[in-house]
Amino acid sequence: MPSTSTYYKIFALLMFLALATTAIAFVDLGIFNPIVAMVIAVTKATLVVLFFMHVRYQGRLTFVFAIAGFCWLVILLLLVSAEYLTRGWLPIPGAIPPMGF
Amino acid sequence: MSEAHQAVAAASPLGSRLKHHYETLEQQHHADTLGMWVFLGTEVLFFGGLITAYVTYRAAYSTAFAQASLTLDIVSGTLMTLVLLGSSLTMAMAVHSAQLGHRRMLALFLTLTIVLGVAFLGIKGNEYYHKWEDHHIPGSGFVWAGPDARTAQLFIYLYFALTGLHALHMIIGVCIMGGLLALTAHGRVKNYTVEISGLYWHFVDIVWIFLFPLLYLVDRHK
Repeated sequence: MPSTSTYYKIFALLMFLALATTAIAFVDLGIFNPIVAMVIAVTKATLVVLFFMHVRYQGRLTFVFAIAGFCWLVILLLLVSAEYLTRGWLPIPGAIPPMGF
Repeated sequence: MSEAHQAVAAASPLGSRLKHHYETLEQQHHADTLGMWVFLGTEVLFFGGLITAYVTYRAAYSTAFAQASLTLDIVSGTLMTLVLLGSSLTMAMAVHSAQLGHRRMLALFLTLTIVLGVAFLGIKGNEYYHKWEDHHIPGSGFVWAGPDARTAQLFIYLYFALTGLHALHMIIGVCIMGGLLALTAHGRVKNYTVEISGLYWHFVDIVWIFLFPLLYLVDRHK
């Protein structure tokens, strides 16, 4: 199990990342704004899962169970996006028009 | 789990008793942990459905979503994130204290977790109140100054659905911590009950880690 100093270090890192993501949001990075925000969010979540939720200190089976929900979420997002984002790419008569304006 | 920690856990006054259908305490704890992770997996998909709806609509109506997102208060959003991360630290410390069998420290950290959780809900409530005052509640009373009122309302609707569901989880979490505190006061708390409840609390924190950039940080630079 981690020591208390590990908890404090992870907490400091999380606080830094939280402030950093807010600060970076005010800088115009174009298409990279949401990407950077999501990379920081995934990093923060990983730190919480590994250290605060002790997955790093437990067996591989716990790791598999912990990652399972995330994998299903990725499948959900990928398949739904594959439908909605590609609407209107091909000029097929009678096809569902894309959402938006 | 390290052997040194096992020895501590076994000697701890907060150690749990072996139930008859398990062979060892370690096996029992392992099964408890995996059960909680299965539940959290279903929770990921529970929130995942709403997040997928949000991502899909944001891709389709990015201009209106950016406009609507700017009406959210970035200061209170950041403050809520920091408060919730703090509560995750106190929760981790509570689990740590429980494993070492320090009951007074456990009670202290559980209390701090509850205080931070309630503080989060207070800031959230204040935010909802301002949305009410600005007539930004989806429905017949919705008033929108800019263009794209219909899609802006869609953003606000998803904002309330996502943060509302998250707030409900926070309320349940605070109730669980209150229950643990009562058990600690009566000296009947088990260290593994604290650890399993901690997993839930950290999960709710993770949900907010994603909700914050998704809802508050859309096109802030404009």
